[in-house]
Amino acid sequence: MGIGLNLRKYAPLYIMLIPGIVYYLLFRYGPMYGLIIAFKNFNVFDGILGSPWAGWTHFEALFKNPQFTRILTNTVVISLLKLVCGMPPAIILALMLNELRGQWFKRIVQTASYLPHFLSWVMIYGILFAFLSPGTGLINQWIKGFGGDAIGFMSDKHWFVPVLVLSEIWKDVGWGAVLYLAGLAGINPELYEAATVDGAGKWKQTWHISLPGILPVIMLVLILRMGSVLNAGFEQIYILYNPNVYAVSDIIDTWVFRNGIEQMKFPIATAAGLFKSVIGFALVLISNKLARKYTESGLW
Amino acid sequence: MIISRGERVFQWVNVAFLVLVAVVALFPVLYLVSMSLTPLEVLYKYGGFRVIPPQVTLEAYKQILSTPLIPRAFMNSVIITAVGTTINLALTIITAYPLSKRRLPGRSVLTLLVTFTMMFSGGLIPSYLLVKNLGLRDTYWAVILPGAIATYNLLVMKGFFESLPEELNEAARIDGASEWRVLTSVTLPLSKPVIATLGLFYGVGHWNGFFDAMMYISDSRLLPLQVVLRNILMDAMRNTEVTPDAIQVMPGETLKMATVVIALIPVLLAYPWVQKHFTKGVLIGSIKG
Repeated sequence: MGIGLNLRKYAPLYIMLIPGIVYYLLFRYGPMYGLIIAFKNFNVFDGILGSPWAGWTHFEALFKNPQFTRILTNTVVISLLKLVCGMPPAIILALMLNELRGQWFKRIVQTASYLPHFLSWVMIYGILFAFLSPGTGLINQWIKGFGGDAIGFMSDKHWFVPVLVLSEIWKDVGWGAVLYLAGLAGINPELYEAATVDGAGKWKQTWHISLPGILPVIMLVLILRMGSVLNAGFEQIYILYNPNVYAVSDIIDTWVFRNGIEQMKFPIATAAGLFKSVIGFALVLISNKLARKYTESGLW
Repeated sequence: MIISRGERVFQWVNVAFLVLVAVVALFPVLYLVSMSLTPLEVLYKYGGFRVIPPQVTLEAYKQILSTPLIPRAFMNSVIITAVGTTINLALTIITAYPLSKRRLPGRSVLTLLVTFTMMFSGGLIPSYLLVKNLGLRDTYWAVILPGAIATYNLLVMKGFFESLPEELNEAARIDGASEWRVLTSVTLPLSKPVIATLGLFYGVGHWNGFFDAMMYISDSRLLPLQVVLRNILMDAMRNTEVTPDAIQVMPGETLKMATVVIALIPVLLAYPWVQKHFTKGVLIGSIKG
């Protein structure tokens, strides 16, 4: 009787869930089934199930491929550079915004600094073109104005990665500061009052109250970002890069795209994708455990 | 309260620095607008673009609007954004609502299965083959359905529903309201800020969406603005000398930047309106790198 009663009581809720369940099964769990391709000599005519098994051969080919070390290194290097160079500006911006007395000025600065977060990478590609193109880019106009030679920022191996990191910081520094601001807002104001009475200046207050106060947030961001270290910014890199800079900017995702979608080498590209998913999953689990241990809050 | 000299100096330095931050954030966008208004004479006279152009012209915009390419791509993006965001919000709401009911049997298993997809995915190639096998290529559905629910947004919505007082719902149920009515007339009116914020995220995601369209849509009449924009800019990057169309009335760059500005306008219009709804809880989304 209990089950019957429950079903009747909850039937409308279960009915509401149907579209969502269909969506998750089809578009989220469906592709997981497709991962079998990594272990098959896949051909379109036989389909996923009909194609012959290939064992681990695609993984062996992947790990032996000289490009594999390069894309793995590029992925991790670009990702870590973005993390290391991106966090301090966001924290500093939050600390400075937090010192403001006037609310309206704070709101204006915040509104302005969020804006780039809402621009697409294609638009930012346009902006970078306006500033960096060797012919008419504003920065190259200045360089030439001072008698220098134009720099091909987007096609030079030495400049391209800094362009990736700086454009990402420009896009997301204001947005990233929001989290730290929320943390700063949670600090007890009496701590600052007591410190002022004791004669502590701004630096001391920042160093001994503000930073320790947001340390849990900093740790949390750091740990969770470590969990997604294999996501180096697929869309950004795909839109900005070109063959001249593949050596420093080709990452796992872009390699999978070119080999899989463009050259239709589905099995090895799927194998690379599966490698990334499995390592990424392990990293998320580990980082979440660390987050729980050190900050008492995690993703779940 | 006595403000010390050091404190005053600090405040001024701080304000000056933050003004600089705001300028750095806004200047590139303003410079695009300035380039999009620059006529060819300026380039001849000064050998390059000026931050504040001495002469301006709307010629680039006139030219863009006189051919079907950009207006059509703009309309495609409008349709994808409108239909896509509506589907996103509807599905997110009706999925998050049952999952927010603590006593619903099976709720924790379902939540776990949903959360799992945030940490592990089939990846690019299996997703591509799925969309292809479903016959969705060269339709708007290819860019709308695969991302119909963003799991993170779903969890935010679920968390918000859970934070609402359950007594309100109980009262409505005792009055004989169906579950559907409780959702539409009690829960949703209380959820406007979170719906507005998630709607903005979904909407901007569709408007800025590039990758899916590039992969799945090859019919040029169906391409959304971002893909067309990138194709235009790619030509610009390859050919950085003065392009042939500049021989007419304006530099090629002017035309390109005017296209970027047109793509920007809807974002700029929607932005301040929804910005006031941002809430702390939702902004946790910035964690995801």
